[in-house]
Amino acid sequence: MRTPKLLRTQAFRIVGIYLAIFAVSTLALVGFVYWNTSLVLDRETDETIEAEITGLEEQYSTLGLPGVTDAIIGRSARREQGIYLLANSNRRVLAGNLDGWPQVSTTNGGFVEFRYERRIGNAAQLRSARGRIITLTQGFYLLVARDVEERRVLENVFKTALLWGAGLMIVLGLVGGLLVSHNFLKRLELINRTSRQIMGGDLSLRVPVTRAGDEFDDLSLHLNRMLDRIERLLHGMREVSDNVAHDLRSPLNRLRNRLELAAMRQPADSETARDFDAAVQETDRLIGTFNALLLIAEAEAGSVRETMHNLSLGDVIEGVGELYGPLAEEKQLRFVVKKAADAGFIRGNLNLVSQALANLVDNAIKYTPPGGTVVVSLENNPSGPALVVADNGPGIPAQDRARVTERFVRLESSRNSPGTGLGLSLVAAVARMHDAELSFDDNQPGLRATLSFKRVPEGTRPGKAAPAREVVSEPVH
Amino acid sequence: MRVLVVEDDLEAQRYLVKGLKEAGHVVDEAGEGETGLTLALSRPYDVAIVDRMLPKLDGLRLVGKMREERNNTPVLFLSALSDVDDRIKGLRAGGDDYLTKPYAFAELLARLDALVRRRDPGSVKTRVSVGDLELDLLSRTAKRNGSAIELQPREFRLLEYLMRHAGQIVTRTMLLENVWEYHFDPQTNVIDVHISRLRAKIDKGFEAPLLHTVRGAGYMIRAHA
Repeated sequence: MRTPKLLRTQAFRIVGIYLAIFAVSTLALVGFVYWNTSLVLDRETDETIEAEITGLEEQYSTLGLPGVTDAIIGRSARREQGIYLLANSNRRVLAGNLDGWPQVSTTNGGFVEFRYERRIGNAAQLRSARGRIITLTQGFYLLVARDVEERRVLENVFKTALLWGAGLMIVLGLVGGLLVSHNFLKRLELINRTSRQIMGGDLSLRVPVTRAGDEFDDLSLHLNRMLDRIERLLHGMREVSDNVAHDLRSPLNRLRNRLELAAMRQPADSETARDFDAAVQETDRLIGTFNALLLIAEAEAGSVRETMHNLSLGDVIEGVGELYGPLAEEKQLRFVVKKAADAGFIRGNLNLVSQALANLVDNAIKYTPPGGTVVVSLENNPSGPALVVADNGPGIPAQDRARVTERFVRLESSRNSPGTGLGLSLVAAVARMHDAELSFDDNQPGLRATLSFKRVPEGTRPGKAAPAREVVSEPVH
Repeated sequence: MRVLVVEDDLEAQRYLVKGLKEAGHVVDEAGEGETGLTLALSRPYDVAIVDRMLPKLDGLRLVGKMREERNNTPVLFLSALSDVDDRIKGLRAGGDDYLTKPYAFAELLARLDALVRRRDPGSVKTRVSVGDLELDLLSRTAKRNGSAIELQPREFRLLEYLMRHAGQIVTRTMLLENVWEYHFDPQTNVIDVHISRLRAKIDKGFEAPLLHTVRGAGYMIRAHA
């Protein structure tokens, strides 16, 4: 189970740690004060008891048993809080204000605590007392104690209050933590959402800045300033690439024109004319590479986004399939075009998506040996529609699959076949531009290239889904 | 035909003019937009070749002003910008075709031809024929020497485009753009395969072929060799 997002925030963690430290230190402080106070109060009681015992002992040694008995009877009548008891060796009460010898519960440094019954008016009340028992010569027992019921009640109230207080503090702290982290998350989410949109290619967006002027606004301002700079740089780069395009295209243009005009002047089928033709073809290849590079650069800058419309991948598959079908047949391949039941609407540039699919199909046809099969299909995955080109050719070794989309990368096995090494880079660039994902898998045997798009949100799709159909072209023999 | 060339790259302009003249056209040239506009408005041209980026008055505005003055000379834009956006902008501004630099001269000539012929009245034909090959545009059927030829819809469109431009060179790019409506460069020449299939259907078993390959340029359909 995953913890909810609110509890995983840094803000919540900070509040949690702070709360724990605060709770522990508060409890320690209150506990110390309580412990100290009760110690002082206990000592005061104990000292009074000690003093009275010393006094009674003196009475006993000078006046004997009758003297002590008188003193006890006198003190018992006088003092409300005091408890006095004189008993013989059989614990039979001789004098004092308790009916019987009490059940002593705890012993603590010569002091005992016990419960006794006291009558207030007609009602009897069980109360706590603390005192000391000493043995007089000739086996008499003397008990001097003080009523501590009120203090014990107070202690209990204090303990309960402390527990409730701690609980309340933790609950309030957690609620506070959640509120703070919710607030943090809200601000962060705003920044994150804008960042995602910007990463998606809309460089004109900026992170909203509130009027609070806090550290989030500082962060937003800094991000915005950084974005301004990136936008300026990209703009500059675009200008440079436009200029390079212009500057390189013109000389290439002149070169091609010159070669073409020179070729025209040669008698057809002469050796020079063939040389010129070859030179023109070389120039065309150069131009092709150059155009592909410019297109990739443009797709990566995300600037073609303005030309995106709702388009049906089903139509793309049909168009490209129809364009390449005869080529596949000529290569003695079985060529299957499968459309899904859904038309597979996406937002995109028809020309670029078609070119991407054409490049994948072109590769599949190029590398699959005669007698093989190339299947082009539109799949409807839960995440969105996907274009799939599967063949049973040699495939791409797993360790090379990530590398093939890099510019100018050509695998050893394909060095000798024609191509610029930019075909798959272009597909990857088109994929990035459309928020799509290009992946290569083992078709066992062969290659399975998938271009997975994101679904267009419901309600923005035009038209109705086309019925599923399958077009199979068999090789002509 | 009379051609106006507005191009600021003087070297390119020289070759363009030379090539056009060698192809038998009458050519006027301008090195910047304002002179280009004056020429375009003061003399009748069959077609104008205009560079997108020009000093003084850029290509888009030049054509915009021509159209404001109700000058309907067909315009072919030349541009070093190959964006999808840019070609659409060019066509919206009143251009009739768009060619990206560097271009093949044969491609340019073929497109100029197509632009000028397109303006011919009577293009709302219901039948087209070249030699003994006949195309019925309403019933979408083809016949050669009286016997019907089975054609797929795309093959029909391909043949129709070729026949509407009978006697003219049609380049592979023109076919890809006009028959398939794709504006990209397929890595392999897929068009050749489509042509050879079409050729098998219309020329097989006949003594005089109609569909010809023009070396280094493209294809042409015509009755006599």
